[in-house]
Amino acid sequence: MNKSRKEIMQNVFLTYLPADKFKTSVLSAHLVTPLKKETASANALLPAVLRRGTMRCPDMESLSAAMDTLYGAQIDYTVRKKGERQCIGFVASVIDDAFAPAGEKLLEPVADLLGELFLDPVTHNGRFLAEYVESEKQNLIDAIRAISNDKQDLADVRLMQEMCAGEPYGVLRLGDEESVARINHHKLFNHYRELLPSSRMELFYCGSAKRERVEGALRRAFSALPRGVVTDGEPIRRIAAPQEPRYLTEEMDVTQGKLSMGWRCDTNDVPAMIMANLIFGGTSNAKLFLNVREKLSLCYYASSSYARSKGIMTVSSGIETGDFQQAHDEILRQLELVKQGQWEEWELQGVLATMCSSLTSLSDSQGALENYYLGQTAIGVEETPEELKELLRRVTPERIQKAAQSCHLDTVFFLKGKEAGAC
Amino acid sequence: MLTNYDRIGEVTRWETLPNGLPVCIVPKKGFQRKYALFATRYGGMDMKFQLDGQWLDTPAGIAHYLEHKMFDTAEGNALQELAKNGAEPNAFTSNAITCYYFSSTEKFYENLKILLSFVSVPYFTEESVEKEQGIIGQEIGMIEDNPEWQCYKQLMQGLYHHSPARTPIAGSVESIRQITAQTLYDCHKAFYTPANMCLVVVGDVDGDEVLRLAEEVLPETSGPLIPRDYGEEEPLEPCQKESHSRMEIAMPSFLAGFKCPPQHGGEAQARSIALGELAIDVLAGESSPLYAQLYSQGLINGSFGCSYDVLPGAAYVYLGGDSNDPHAVVQAVLDEAQRLVREGINPAYYLRLRNANFGTALKALNSFEGIAVSMAEGKFHDYDPYRFPEIYDSITADDVLDFIRDNLAEERCAISIIDPLANTEKE
Repeated sequence: MNKSRKEIMQNVFLTYLPADKFKTSVLSAHLVTPLKKETASANALLPAVLRRGTMRCPDMESLSAAMDTLYGAQIDYTVRKKGERQCIGFVASVIDDAFAPAGEKLLEPVADLLGELFLDPVTHNGRFLAEYVESEKQNLIDAIRAISNDKQDLADVRLMQEMCAGEPYGVLRLGDEESVARINHHKLFNHYRELLPSSRMELFYCGSAKRERVEGALRRAFSALPRGVVTDGEPIRRIAAPQEPRYLTEEMDVTQGKLSMGWRCDTNDVPAMIMANLIFGGTSNAKLFLNVREKLSLCYYASSSYARSKGIMTVSSGIETGDFQQAHDEILRQLELVKQGQWEEWELQGVLATMCSSLTSLSDSQGALENYYLGQTAIGVEETPEELKELLRRVTPERIQKAAQSCHLDTVFFLKGKEAGAC
Repeated sequence: MLTNYDRIGEVTRWETLPNGLPVCIVPKKGFQRKYALFATRYGGMDMKFQLDGQWLDTPAGIAHYLEHKMFDTAEGNALQELAKNGAEPNAFTSNAITCYYFSSTEKFYENLKILLSFVSVPYFTEESVEKEQGIIGQEIGMIEDNPEWQCYKQLMQGLYHHSPARTPIAGSVESIRQITAQTLYDCHKAFYTPANMCLVVVGDVDGDEVLRLAEEVLPETSGPLIPRDYGEEEPLEPCQKESHSRMEIAMPSFLAGFKCPPQHGGEAQARSIALGELAIDVLAGESSPLYAQLYSQGLINGSFGCSYDVLPGAAYVYLGGDSNDPHAVVQAVLDEAQRLVREGINPAYYLRLRNANFGTALKALNSFEGIAVSMAEGKFHDYDPYRFPEIYDSITADDVLDFIRDNLAEERCAISIIDPLANTEKE
């Protein structure tokens, strides 16, 4: 795939990926903003409010009608956390022109709709409709509360909040309930007016249309985008783990306990750290899966992930409350083995093959490509899946060991079930 | 047999091996991934069946348990074998089928051989069966903490009087204790036989090589298709109109189900699925007037959804999500159903929705998993999933109205609600 990225207007970048093997085209537009406690909630609320209506399609029914007419085009608003950036905007997907039963052109109307959602929201007396803002505030509050419905998500979120308290990375993707409650339609509109000119915009297209046509459609759709001085945010700061790891426990009425652990990885050798994480717990033939699950039957799942931009590795596992110590010790023991370079050649080759295969497969999914490239542009990395694969292949066992040794346990969070009979 | 589907730009090749196994190859030029799915028509609902002339009653959760244990081989574990080759293997058990699959970009044929071999050759010991209790016990614990799952289970138990659709696919910690190596061998013999299975491969592959490998690895002959028992036919009225329970959640979550007549396979079933989904979309889908109204009243949010599902001997429409007033939502749905029946559907609205559903079905063809599962299901129920453009053409607004009139009625409806625990404490 011949990916290209180009500045098509001031601080507006288009990542273009030609592909004619899909049934659909995917088009997305995002504002890349610094993740901050003060603005996270308003940022998260904004696309939901914009998605409620434009001047041309002022309510959900007329917006839905416009999209149904384009053969079920879908435009979803998204709020994503990429490193210490918050990316807000819309992802549109529409059937490829080749399959439009009457030979209609679908790219241009979808681009127009995207532009309208950003630039021409329905307003009254120069502000958003109070009704829309209030109802989306409630939805956002519900969504923030709903994080606790999935207990593993809750444990992982609580771990990040505690471990990165005071750092932008500790701010929740959706912001917090109290800040949402303080927003009103007037404040949100002012925020929107400030945000538009001061944010970098990232556009993405993957589909069968020619580059010039996509560029033309987007330039037209976003021609009214105001441009000012763009504030891209501070570079990400890395913080050292405390001398002694912190242990936190909370109790809930659940059958299964959720264990989340976080390490700070003090290394700049990102490819080696990616490999260390994979061997430790990144795939279904990693040490955590083979030992904590398969050998000791302690859990249904135990896996690790590594956030390269922030230099943090985390483990998530669902275990019996009484097995906390055993699972905790076993997880640490498995990491110790990686630090000591104790793995078989097949373990290394297996996780490398799995990782390379999933990087190769990226090109088969428009959604995955969109997410991959937005993540890259948000944190200022330009690396194709092919390039990353090459970097991983060149990593030596010594580098993996060294990267693993740079990991220091920072925080352990355990969400435990109430003891039987205690309630 | 090669079939071209010009309207959706797809091709399929179906062959039946001498041992009776149907094999489907869906070529996908330009894709890096190759995907293989090996499915058996055996799921959580198949607990009672006849083997070698005798009726067997097996414990709830056994199909899922068997799925876990199939990865064990005399040499070790197939999951790891596949992962070593960079493949991403997995499996799932639904009500009616069990599927094993992997996708890989390299060593595809080697991986396919591993897949075919571990699914067709069972290898259990009492010790290995015993050990799995811990892992599956944790899996059951995890899903029991999931409010959506609890809500669904409660809905099925409200809708059905005795159908095995009432029983959770994974069973319970108690029921899986009764599983032994011998019962697993019996179930494997009964259901993992070529005539009861289907192999689907999606991607840029050599179809002849796939067929050759399958013939080489799999048994030369098939066992018989055995009789199964899902109990006597269910009445169309639900077992219990309303069920409640409480969990640690932030706001109430609900599902309403409407019992529909069971389907019996063939293109009629494919048409029923398209019609049922279109009807519920016309009534309460994301672009319906009702959805917009309930959303703006704050009665539903983005979590709201609706669909139509067909199971062995059972079919139902369902809708739900998070809401502070589930009863008001269900009442509004029932009222809107009556209004539509009374006033008819706006023809422009109907066409728009039909186009949108066509677009959604077309989009689903980007997913190799989705294609493979629908091919296997189509084979097991004797319909062609790629005929959806023709099926959509054949559905009229009157068909949709008839469906709504017949099925979206109060007497067919059961409601399942999960309330937050916090409310009890306040009361």
